[in-house]
Amino acid sequence: MSTTAPEFSLRATGRVRRRQLVNRASLLAASLAALVAVAVLGLLIGSVIAKAASAINLDFITKDPATFGMTGGGIANALVGTGILILIAMVIAVPIGVFAGIYTSEFAKPAVSSTVRLVLDVLNGVPSIIIGIFIFGLLVVGHKQSGWSGGIALAIIMLPIIARSTQEVLALVPGTVKEAGLALGISRWRTFLAVVLPAAFGGIITATLLGVARVAGETAPLLFTSSIAANTVTTDPSQALPSIPVTIFTYSESPSPDQHAQAWAAALVLIVFVLLISIVARVFAARARRRATGR
Amino acid sequence: MSATARSETDLTSARRSLGDRLGDRGLHGLTMLAAAICVVTVGLIAYKVFDQAGSAISTFGLGFLTSSQWNPVTNQFGAADFIFGTAVTTAGALIIATPLSIAIALYLTELAPRFLRTPIATLVEMLAAIPSVVIGLWGILVMGPFIQDHLGPWLHSAFGWFPLFTGSPAQVGLLSAILVLTIMVIPIISAVTREIFATCPNELKEGALALGATRWEMVRLVMLPYARNGIVGAVILGMGRAVGEAIAVTQVIGGTAGIHASLFGSGDTLASRIASQYQGATSNIQISSIAYLGAILLVIALIANVIARLIVGGVRVGGRRTRPAVPAGAPA
Repeated sequence: MSTTAPEFSLRATGRVRRRQLVNRASLLAASLAALVAVAVLGLLIGSVIAKAASAINLDFITKDPATFGMTGGGIANALVGTGILILIAMVIAVPIGVFAGIYTSEFAKPAVSSTVRLVLDVLNGVPSIIIGIFIFGLLVVGHKQSGWSGGIALAIIMLPIIARSTQEVLALVPGTVKEAGLALGISRWRTFLAVVLPAAFGGIITATLLGVARVAGETAPLLFTSSIAANTVTTDPSQALPSIPVTIFTYSESPSPDQHAQAWAAALVLIVFVLLISIVARVFAARARRRATGR
Repeated sequence: MSATARSETDLTSARRSLGDRLGDRGLHGLTMLAAAICVVTVGLIAYKVFDQAGSAISTFGLGFLTSSQWNPVTNQFGAADFIFGTAVTTAGALIIATPLSIAIALYLTELAPRFLRTPIATLVEMLAAIPSVVIGLWGILVMGPFIQDHLGPWLHSAFGWFPLFTGSPAQVGLLSAILVLTIMVIPIISAVTREIFATCPNELKEGALALGATRWEMVRLVMLPYARNGIVGAVILGMGRAVGEAIAVTQVIGGTAGIHASLFGSGDTLASRIASQYQGATSNIQISSIAYLGAILLVIALIANVIARLIVGGVRVGGRRTRPAVPAGAPA
């Protein structure tokens, strides 16, 4: 490099040199920031895997928790409970959310539509612990905690996610497709059912998956509604149902290393479930976008 | 769209069968009902939270906000300590997360090799998908000991003269809560900022480069001013998230009331106090006071979200990020 140096140096000096250095330093800093974020994710998942290794085995997901003072045991009750809670939430939130999304994208006047969208965004921003207090006041006070209450609380959290994603994917369906249906003399609702909905179907599946991924890990709304639960598998939603997030929460607050190990293992199960669903949702989303915007 | 709909109705209304008219009305009505349920739910949440807080509001009034008592024995309750905890942890998290998030957004829109952009953006978003209870578990069992043994002592020896870093580092405390919240808001702020950066017109950026600006100068003189409002919106959105996070904060903050300067000390936020009281509330006035904390939290979250959405929404329109247009040659 230095062997063919010209008479006068082409190397920047003075002000230019300083600007170049500032440029390099700041661009390097930006790259480092991205690296930090990815590293934190790696650290988090790495710790969970490493710490869960000692406690996770087949018994862990097929057995109930050990009685107090004993070691071993599993989280079968929480797995079943979480499954039922998510199911209740889906049954409530999917139809309401999808219909609300259809309303904002297909029927509402622009002003109404943007108001409803803002309300949905605000609902999405309501802290989940507040949803817990809400359902506690609405359904639990004077009665007792139950799977129904927990499921409804989760449904409220799922609702804006499903409605907004549905609305966004419907907006991707080209207007020309709808117009073609209408121009053939087909009524609006039939056009919608036969033309628009099939094009947006993948997107609605994505919306549902995103909603499930979000509520599967929610702890706060369950604390007040479905946390004081039996240590055995319960399938009756009129009883409080155990769940994986609440189990992790209570185990993490305990001083016992044995329960910490169980918490890590439960966290691994939860993360694998949530990340898998998120990834599947992404794949569906990419496919749905391609299909909706014309293949 | 509404224009085509109207003309369609006008043309065919005379000839349409009963079934089609019912179908149209039915679908319209059904979807409107669903949207109405969503709107009513938000109203009902606000009503029910304030309703439960009613007796605490009438007993303590606005003095609740400035009283730092939380005494279930004498039934005296106040929120000052938790408002303080919320303010400190949220501010701390935003101070760390904002520059990091902007830098990440910058890296993803300007610097990263094209083949790395989507994977890294996905990984950052995955951070948002990790349940808060898992981040809290990690915070208390992995990060806590690290703060106590390494980060804390280092901060103390380097900045011990500064009130924030006095006292002895512990596994739990305000600092842990700040770091946990930082992890949780980075994906939000960086995702929104990235979207805004992506809308920055190329002509502006190329203009700056053509005038001899370095890439950093282009960022500082063109992109940051362009994205300023949107970044403010993104930060407010992150604030809403940090203020409302209950579980992870409960796990790492220590759960003691008190106002002190040191970040090594433990504390409690509005949300974490609510979460930690879920089994412990005995008297009606205590339950009502918990709901009062919730009401304060709800008001903050609502204001933050409305403002943020209005700002970010406006930016999207201004930045021409309306709906993705139909590709011109797309076969229908």
